[in-house]
Amino acid sequence: MKILVCISNVPDTTTKITFNSEQTEFNTSGVQFVINPYDEIALTRAIEITEKDGGTVTVLHVGEASADPTIRKALAMGAHDAIRVNAAPRDAWFVANQISNVANGAGYDLILMGRESIDHNGSQMAALVGELMNIPSISICKSLTLEGNKATVDREIEGGKEVAIVETPFIASASEGMAEPRIPNMRGIMSARTKPLNVVEAVAVDTLSEIISYDTPKGRGQVTLVEADNTDKLVELLHTEAKVI
Amino acid sequence: MIDTKQKSLKGGEFIIRESDPTSVFIPEEYTEEHKMMASMADDFLDAEVLPYLDRIDSMEEGLMKSIMDKAGELGLLGISVPEEYGGFGKDFITAMLMTEKMGAGHSFAVAMSAHTGIGTLPILYFGTAEQKSKYLPKLATGELKASYCLTEPGSGSDALAAKTKAILSSDGKHYILNGQKMWITNAGFADLFIVFAQIDGDKFTGFIVEKNTAGLSLGEEEHKMGIKGSSTRQVFFADCNVPVENVLGDIGKGHLIAFNILNIGRAKLAGAALGGAKRAIGLSVSYANERQQFKLPISKFGAIKHKLAEQAIKTFTLESALYRASDQIDEMEKELLAKGLNPADSLLGAAEEFAVECAILKVFGSEVLDYVVDEGVQIYGGYGFSSDYPMDRAYRDSRINRIFEGTNEINRMLIVDMLLKRAMKGSLDLMTPAQNIQKELMGIPDFGNGEETPFSECLTAVSNMKKAILMVAGAAVQKYMMTLAKEQEIIMNISDMIIETYTSESILLRVQKLSTTKGSDELTVYIDMMHTFIYESADRVNHAGKSAICSMADGDELRMMLLGLKRFTKMHPYNTKDSRRRIANVLIDKNTYPF
Repeated sequence: MKILVCISNVPDTTTKITFNSEQTEFNTSGVQFVINPYDEIALTRAIEITEKDGGTVTVLHVGEASADPTIRKALAMGAHDAIRVNAAPRDAWFVANQISNVANGAGYDLILMGRESIDHNGSQMAALVGELMNIPSISICKSLTLEGNKATVDREIEGGKEVAIVETPFIASASEGMAEPRIPNMRGIMSARTKPLNVVEAVAVDTLSEIISYDTPKGRGQVTLVEADNTDKLVELLHTEAKVI
Repeated sequence: MIDTKQKSLKGGEFIIRESDPTSVFIPEEYTEEHKMMASMADDFLDAEVLPYLDRIDSMEEGLMKSIMDKAGELGLLGISVPEEYGGFGKDFITAMLMTEKMGAGHSFAVAMSAHTGIGTLPILYFGTAEQKSKYLPKLATGELKASYCLTEPGSGSDALAAKTKAILSSDGKHYILNGQKMWITNAGFADLFIVFAQIDGDKFTGFIVEKNTAGLSLGEEEHKMGIKGSSTRQVFFADCNVPVENVLGDIGKGHLIAFNILNIGRAKLAGAALGGAKRAIGLSVSYANERQQFKLPISKFGAIKHKLAEQAIKTFTLESALYRASDQIDEMEKELLAKGLNPADSLLGAAEEFAVECAILKVFGSEVLDYVVDEGVQIYGGYGFSSDYPMDRAYRDSRINRIFEGTNEINRMLIVDMLLKRAMKGSLDLMTPAQNIQKELMGIPDFGNGEETPFSECLTAVSNMKKAILMVAGAAVQKYMMTLAKEQEIIMNISDMIIETYTSESILLRVQKLSTTKGSDELTVYIDMMHTFIYESADRVNHAGKSAICSMADGDELRMMLLGLKRFTKMHPYNTKDSRRRIANVLIDKNTYPF
């Protein structure tokens, strides 16, 4: 089984999000970047599959050299090699084209990625890449089991689950439950620096979207507590302060 | 002159020479692999240790052992064990970084540290080839767990007064051990015990004793103030037959094992304290940001900012000193390897060379952690006193650090004792610079030439602290000669001056080095920490020096030395309130310990 796992490099979940003064760029200074947690689930499942049935896991990242520590962590977790497309990830269309360009004709049986990245939360990648490569894509999968070239996939749907059967090659995006991310061990960390990390240049892609500005959610307002038996006060406040009645 | 520059210093030489900032290692220089290992250790603590602290402290059956097993699976127990014995053969800085990371793990940190340090290292450094092959691979994976039995009910600080006896059996195949060991960490689940006993009553010797050896039994778990989840028991030996092939090191040379391992243990204790301090600061600042009083987060108040800043300053200084010394030990080890020593003797030799620095780190590290957790409780207020909040455990767990691995009093005395012994042996020339100080005292003081930068002012201050040490220590040696050991109070004073100086110089060197890579805005907070620490350190040197001088001198000598001390500890007035507010604001903004 030859598996490609696409990973994003995202700010750690505890990051305090700030932007530049024009509100057009995320301020990355002092920010700790990590493997996108959903991608980590996909990667863990890919490693589990190859540990059981043999094969290789290649991680693919579209981004600049600053993401190399994140890629090395994926290698430490157990991926066999890595490819970095050397370009800032402009938008989903750009990244999907880079992924399909690397994957097309390379003979991957399975392409895995997270259901979404936790920074931009676009949730478009699996579908975009599937269309570009003209292979099936299944989103938001909670489990994935393989038997020969057939996979059984549980999908998360509103109020329940859907079971799909699909033949390789295909693309799946992972959600919680598909695997439990593992902590890389010492041996993995030490071998990570000797595993191949191949850097390839990006192909030209039209820019279809542009980010005009970013904004942070407004802070929560003050809370005024009113005693349960003081309904007159409540009515007065709703009328004079909240101005909803 | 005491400002002779040279690339690498010998142990203790910082008192008479200056270091070149480019030659020191600073934590900002960690490799990608270091960072990945540190992140792995953080993940391990978050997943396997921190969620279970209450259960660990309640001594839940088998829990600590299972967490140790998981640490072993990840390779965390084999960091320092050579690859040929199934470990990873990492250098001292790497081992220190992992010790620091695990140091935030409360009782687990103690169990792991006892296993990988005093449990494993005696076999690594003093074991025969057979002993190493038999035990090290299993210790590195955690299949075997180890403990170290030195202390006895009647011998703690005076370790060599141990009464446990070993007598050779009539067939010459066994040593028969009889005696009692106390405060034995990991005893409850250990498979191996490194035991020290007197062969024929007077040859202090190390032994490897396996758990199932007939005659070995354990006492009940001790009830302790802190590190409650760490197994601590007495170990009894009643006609315990230990095969002669399990003698560790040379007969009668057990003290070499006990003391050499302690040098490494002391530095590592400081590493663990650093990890604990960083976690306690993170908790303190996030609580201070959250807790509202008078309609404001308490982190907005100057009194709280002072505490947060001081926690950070001390911790940053500890880190600077710890990794400076760890790198020196690594470098010395490489030097000894190049001279043809085997790897074990090289690291032991390097740690022995820097034994003064290791003792300084032990004292400073444990006292920094105690300060940080004490103020942590204060920042938490009433909730700090509640066992439902994390600062209670941090406070209780910290306290033992000033006691084990040699009490801070023993270590303070060792610092001065080791330096003076080196001076007497001629390996460290304290005499010439001390005489030069005497001459300088008779001369006209240097009034400086006006404008000073924080760096130039701090450089002068540290250089002057060294002069103050030489003046006070020189006078003490002259006055008391061979009876100085009896003047423990004065030794404590001198030791405090030395600790202040080493740590001041360490933060100075780190920030000097940082100034070559960081922009001026980013550097501000580092300069603030350096300047504040050194400014107040000079006062503390003055205080300790004054106590010593007033205890041993009188008349003209007293007056002259006090004047000299004043000259050597003087700095330009500095606004530490504003400086601490700037430092605290960085912590408050990042909501963690960010350095």
